[in-house]
Order: sequence, then C-alpha cells, then structure tokens
Amino acid sequence: MATVILPRSLVSLIPGTQRSTDVEAATVAEAIDRLDEQTPGIRNRLIDAGPMIRQHINVYVDSQPAALDTPIGPNSTVHIIPAVSGG
Amino acid sequence: MTRTMLLVGTSKGAFILDGDADRASWSIRGPLCEGWPIHDLQWDPATRSIYAGGGSIWYGPAVFRSDDLGETWSHSSEGLTYGDDGPKVPTVWNVTPAHGAIFAGVEPAGLFRSDDGGANWSHVAGLREHPSRPGWQPGAGGLICHTIVPHPSDAEKMWVAISAVGTFATEDGGTTWEARNRGVLACFAPDPYPETGQCVHKLVMAAGQPDRFYQQNHCGVFRSTDGTQSWEDVSKGLSSEFGFVFGAHPRDPNTGWVIPLSHPEEGRFAPGGSLAVWRTRDGADSWERHGDGLPQQDAFVGVYREALAVDRLDPVGIFFGTSTGQLYGSTDEGERWTRLAENLPPIWGVEAVALD
Repeated sequence: MATVILPRSLVSLIPGTQRSTDVEAATVAEAIDRLDEQTPGIRNRLIDAGPMIRQHINVYVDSQPAALDTPIGPNSTVHIIPAVSGG
Repeated sequence: MTRTMLLVGTSKGAFILDGDADRASWSIRGPLCEGWPIHDLQWDPATRSIYAGGGSIWYGPAVFRSDDLGETWSHSSEGLTYGDDGPKVPTVWNVTPAHGAIFAGVEPAGLFRSDDGGANWSHVAGLREHPSRPGWQPGAGGLICHTIVPHPSDAEKMWVAISAVGTFATEDGGTTWEARNRGVLACFAPDPYPETGQCVHKLVMAAGQPDRFYQQNHCGVFRSTDGTQSWEDVSKGLSSEFGFVFGAHPRDPNTGWVIPLSHPEEGRFAPGGSLAVWRTRDGADSWERHGDGLPQQDAFVGVYREALAVDRLDPVGIFFGTSTGQLYGSTDEGERWTRLAENLPPIWGVEAVALD
C-alpha cells in the first residue's frame, strides 16, 4: 500500500480526511480516485480540467515531482503540497 | 424583533457581523469558509441558507453553503467546469438564489446553475454561445460574470453583467441571450458605442419596476427604463463617472446610492482622499453627496463592485466595505455614517440580511 500525505488545509476543508492515508493504487490519478471514494470532493480540489493536477498543487512520489500518470510502487510515499505563495 | 446580519466577503475568508435591533452594536465572526478568498455572499430567504462564492489559488472554485447562520459550512464545485477541453475556472464571482435554483457567475465569464442547493452545478451554455463571445475581453479584474439579476416573478427572464463585455438578457430561461448595451458608453474603445465591449461594473433592478435598471459602469452611471433595451447616461452631478457599486432602495425605485472613485488611470480611490456616498432620490436625475461620518481627508480607499449592500428595514440601512478593510454603515438612508469595523482584510463583497 502506498501512503498519501495530505496538506493540513485540505484535511481541514474536507471532513473525514486524514493527513496520512494508505491506498492501493498504481498511479497518482488512481490514488486520488481512491481518496475521492473515501471522501467525495477531494478529487475536485486537486484535479482541474484537462484533467491535470491543479496549477498550484505540487505532487511528489518518493520525493520526485509527479503528474497524474506517474507510477506508484507498493511502498511509495505520495506528498501533496500546496505551492508556496504569499500575499 | 428584527436584526441585521452583514455577510462580508474578503480576500482572506468570509466574516459575519451580527447587529442588534438598533443596528448600533456589532460583533464579528470569522474568518469563515476556511479563509478562502470570497467574492460574494448571498442569503436565500426561501431556505434561510447563506451561499458564498469564491476560489482558492490551490483548490479552485467553490460555492460554500451554511444552513445555520454561518456556524458550519459545506462546499462544492461539482460541475463548475467547462469540461476537460474548456478553460479552467479559478473562482466564483457571484452567487444568486432565484426561483428555487442557485446561480453562479464565474471567471472566465460564464453562468452555472444548481437545482439541489449548490451540491451539483450545470453550465448554462447559452450565454457563452453568444456570437460575440470570441471577442470578449477581460477588465482589470479579469473576464468575469459578476452580476446576476433575476426577474422577480418570471423565471424565464434574467440579466447578467460581464466585465468588460456588458449586459446580457435571456427571456427563455438561459437558452439564448441578447446583448443589452445600446446607449452605454465604452469610453476606452475606438468605437464608443459597440454592441458589446462595455465595462459594466454593477447592474441593479429598481424596486417594483422590472423594466427600470441602473448600472455603474467604467464610463459612467446609466439608467434604462425599457428593460435594458436602451440606456442613458445619468452621471451628471457626480464627482466622478467611475465607480463600482450601485445600491438600489428596496422599496423606492427612484432612490439609489453610488460611491464615485477617481479616474481609472488615477488610482480608483475616493476622489481627493475624501470618501463619500452619493444618493439620488429622483431616479438618477440628480445626486447629493453624503460624507458625514466618513473620512474626509487622506482616505485613499477603494470600494469594489459587490461591496455595498442595503437592508430592507425602515429607514433603510446601507453598508459598504473598502479595499483596505474598513466597513461603514448608515441607518438613515445614507446621510450619516459610522465605522463598524476597521481592520478586516480587503473587502470584496457585502450583503445585508434582515433576520426576524
């Protein structure tokens, strides 16, 4: 099972989510689909038209920048991190 | 006992000001809606729900809903999309309940509706199918559908305002739309009276007269008495033709309020640093300035398009927020003003709700 680490702001926004969740998935897209099955609405917050990861959301698989089709291994860690911005 | 609740959208979340029966004492709740940038909040009297429209730079657009006067909120953007091949929707600019549905105006300019209280949305595609759409150009705030005016009794009729495109009307429930900008000046364009391309900032319907409209535009204040088929400039007497807001009296079709701002290329703030609300009592034939209680020097503040609201009490209360986070109110129809809050984030939207 891969582990998905969600940002605090997303956990606060969507009741039922947790900072760390284990999922069975072969790609980033599948991991997000699994999360959306558990807590509907989370996919819309992370994926924009295209489909593609929202412009200001960064996803890393095992610390490497990732896209929706990036493969995930059974022991992978997926970090979902809002881009740094100010104002 | 009736009390007023102010719904305030800011760049860093929604806030609610709870007033007492005299509208003299206020307490502030917030930030709400997870601190998201919120352009507009509206009250649905049919369900006693609050709707808030906005968008997060990270998580996209959303309409928030509260059924308990702002204590708890849900949110959705399900269906707020032009599809995988269409442009991305970053934010919601307007939410308007009407005839059992909820409508949302978004960026880039388009209209969505929800028939289940905001949980799911569908695109009202007819607006973006207007033949002028390839030529739509953004204003300084983006290409945005920022105003939605439903007909009070006929669900087939609706008006929307888009910057910098103009006013559109439908009479068939949104299937087809017609540009309604005849007589509206586009002072920044080579052709000053095009079919579309006007920069309307706020559109309102006069109380009890569905054929009478007012708009505050980039290039002046305009009035229509024929259901927006034609417009005339009624800016004469104002300190500036530029501004964003227009507040319509809830019962008197001849009374309204605007806040002129300095020339769009000269700051867009209170002219001369002296803040004032201007009122008409004669259908915009003439205007009177009211600055009592407002800062009269060194007040280089702006007031954005959704940031003025009127309540339904007698006398009417008027409330507005500034681009620098001050909130002002008047309970005598705009003659004397009091500062209700002074350190909010930049205020984008204000709505006044009279609660029984």
